[in-house]
Amino acid sequence: MAWNRKLLRVNLTAGTCTSEPLNMQWADEYLGSRGLASKYLVSEIDPKVDPLSPDNKMIMSTGPLTGTLASTGGRYTVVTKGPLTGAIACSNSGGFFGAEMKFAGWDMIIFEGRSPKPVYLYVENDKAELKDAAHLWGTSCWHTEEAIKHELQDPLVRVSSIGLAGENQVLFGCIVNDLHRAAGRSGVGAVMGSKNLKAVALRGTKGVAGVKDMKAFMKITAEKKKVLADNAVTGQGLPKFGTQVLMNVINEMGALPTRNHRDVQFEDAGKISAEAMHEKRPTDGKPQLVTNAACFGCTIACGRISEIDKGHFTVVNKPEYWGASGGLEYEAAWALGAANGVGDLEALQYANLLCNEQGMDPISFGATIGAVMELYEMGVLTREQIGIEAPFGSAAALARLAEMTARGEGFGKEIGQGSKRLCTKYGHPELSMTVKGQEFPAYDSRAIQGMGLTYATSNRGACHLRSYTVASEVLGIPVKTDPLTTDGKPELVKAFQDATAVFDAAGICVFTSFAWTLADVQPQIEAACEGDWSMDKLNAVGERIWNMERLFNNAAGLSRKDDDLPPRLKTEPAKTGPAKGLVNGLDKMLPEYYQIRGWTPEGVPTAETLARLGL
Amino acid sequence: MWKSLHIDPKKCTGCLQCEMACSVEHTGVINPSKSRIKVFSFETEGRKVPYTCTQCTDAWCLNACPVDAIRIDAATGAKQVFDDVCVGCKVCTIACPFGTINYNQDSGKVQKCDLCGGDPACAAACPTGAITYVDADWTGLDKMRAWAAKANTAVTE
Repeated sequence: MAWNRKLLRVNLTAGTCTSEPLNMQWADEYLGSRGLASKYLVSEIDPKVDPLSPDNKMIMSTGPLTGTLASTGGRYTVVTKGPLTGAIACSNSGGFFGAEMKFAGWDMIIFEGRSPKPVYLYVENDKAELKDAAHLWGTSCWHTEEAIKHELQDPLVRVSSIGLAGENQVLFGCIVNDLHRAAGRSGVGAVMGSKNLKAVALRGTKGVAGVKDMKAFMKITAEKKKVLADNAVTGQGLPKFGTQVLMNVINEMGALPTRNHRDVQFEDAGKISAEAMHEKRPTDGKPQLVTNAACFGCTIACGRISEIDKGHFTVVNKPEYWGASGGLEYEAAWALGAANGVGDLEALQYANLLCNEQGMDPISFGATIGAVMELYEMGVLTREQIGIEAPFGSAAALARLAEMTARGEGFGKEIGQGSKRLCTKYGHPELSMTVKGQEFPAYDSRAIQGMGLTYATSNRGACHLRSYTVASEVLGIPVKTDPLTTDGKPELVKAFQDATAVFDAAGICVFTSFAWTLADVQPQIEAACEGDWSMDKLNAVGERIWNMERLFNNAAGLSRKDDDLPPRLKTEPAKTGPAKGLVNGLDKMLPEYYQIRGWTPEGVPTAETLARLGL
Repeated sequence: MWKSLHIDPKKCTGCLQCEMACSVEHTGVINPSKSRIKVFSFETEGRKVPYTCTQCTDAWCLNACPVDAIRIDAATGAKQVFDDVCVGCKVCTIACPFGTINYNQDSGKVQKCDLCGGDPACAAACPTGAITYVDADWTGLDKMRAWAAKANTAVTE
């Protein structure tokens, strides 16, 4: 089996680490990673629990393909109840940490309780112990990773940690591994901070021994890697330009949310695009982009490694930021840039570096700054309140507010609560561009209608990675649909949601789905995992995961009213571009979606649906 | 004709498919910690460098071995460790100037690249061509070609 059949339970209150057999019945029903960890979470916590209390649990989990030669098989997932949304939070990350967990002999780690003092978990194969982290508390993810490698005298250890943002319980704090990969969304870092858990350090030398049929697995994974290599997006676009390949495309479509979604096109999109990252700077003659980089096992290699302009005002006299480090992905470039009207590529990279260094989700951070800038321009927030001037387009404000938010200084504390709480506090909840309290990513749902339904129904709050209908509506993958109509979108969204849940549960990256359908993943799972893994079964696994997450959210107190978009997207038409004059047609799509899902008009799975899925 | 592993670090993305393939070939388990090729990441420079044995002609490891456990594979030119002879003394690991022969705690023997009998798994697994298996006499061919292309010779006068 590609599972290790073993989980590590860490009780932070008691300071104990115990080994447990993995529930293989559940593995058969939920596969792994997002699916299996969620099953454990919903079985072990009260849905109404305060996300930042010791009664919440946090699970780090791999999937059966994590740590294998299946392309992109390096992902791990963090599942918990999210503090930003009050919904189930499920955030996955690449890098090398997930594979190391597998190599150490574990499928997942369940953290419960709260440590009385800062600690980190050190796992070396079967050995697991909590170690004092008092000397690491108050330091960045970058420092923590380096310090742990130094004190363990092991440069090969893989570390994930929280920075100041997670410690300060910034509600969009993330968990950073391998310096610049992150379980980024939904505030999983704040939960880790609330548990006084600074870091997890792993070293595994056992490998993945239990692949069902290694010969068949080697053959099928090689075939499927070729599919990725031969595809224009995964073989050429993503390695060369990264996800940033989308910036100009989405702007042309009039789907680039700009200045807190007031506009749908950004006049400076070209300046913050992939192409701009490739261009030599006039200041030092170097392009910002140094190279691309892969996560564990990934044959796409969309990751960006960039070098900031040493002379830029944000980093003058700050040599710690001068080296090559994680560069701008599309989402970060949008959130830090277009969402605030900032067209200064170097300032964006500085804010991006801070997000990596101190563990903040750049999407939610950037989008919250967009709301702050709108409130500032309206006169609701003043220079005195914020501490600086913060008009749209101010690179200086972006940079300073990033520092303040990460460090919990002054007004940064309020930004760290996310845009929903901030806008509500200042009397304009309608200006928060969120669903279930989580900020939108980089696609305007007035110009890509299916994304409106995607956002509204996402179980972890607004998110593009739960059903990336952009693939179909913009890129024609697997079939082209018209982005400007709502027709057929409920069906499309459901199909993407269920399939994506399987990609996530398997332990691979959803970006493979630019080239792979579930039919490409199925034989890889089949060769790796014992048991029957037919398409029918996998489709049921995906739908089961989706409904399980929904049931948790309903029990947590969320309902149909939370499956909604901010009024701006439903009443203020797009001003320019192909979608000019359009709003999002969510109200037309949602009832149909519920029906297709087998849910009541109130968004509750019916008894028949639950019985069909074995829930 | 012998061939050599040829490594072009500029093409490496750090995905570790080579390490996985190497470990599967030699141990049957996906386990980069037992790989004979290792990818190093120089984070602040954004550089990744795969590194393994270059199969020296007059090999330090081979010369240092007190029990003649390291021998030349006539078909490939690989310096090969014979596990049934190796006593795990590790003298070869001291002798090798490049660190590319290493002790394996599980087997109690040393291990190094053996070119997989002439079909190196790492080169086959590399998605970017950073690791290739080329004519041993022409490992510099790509670099020569690149420099030749820069020679400023007009096609027609």
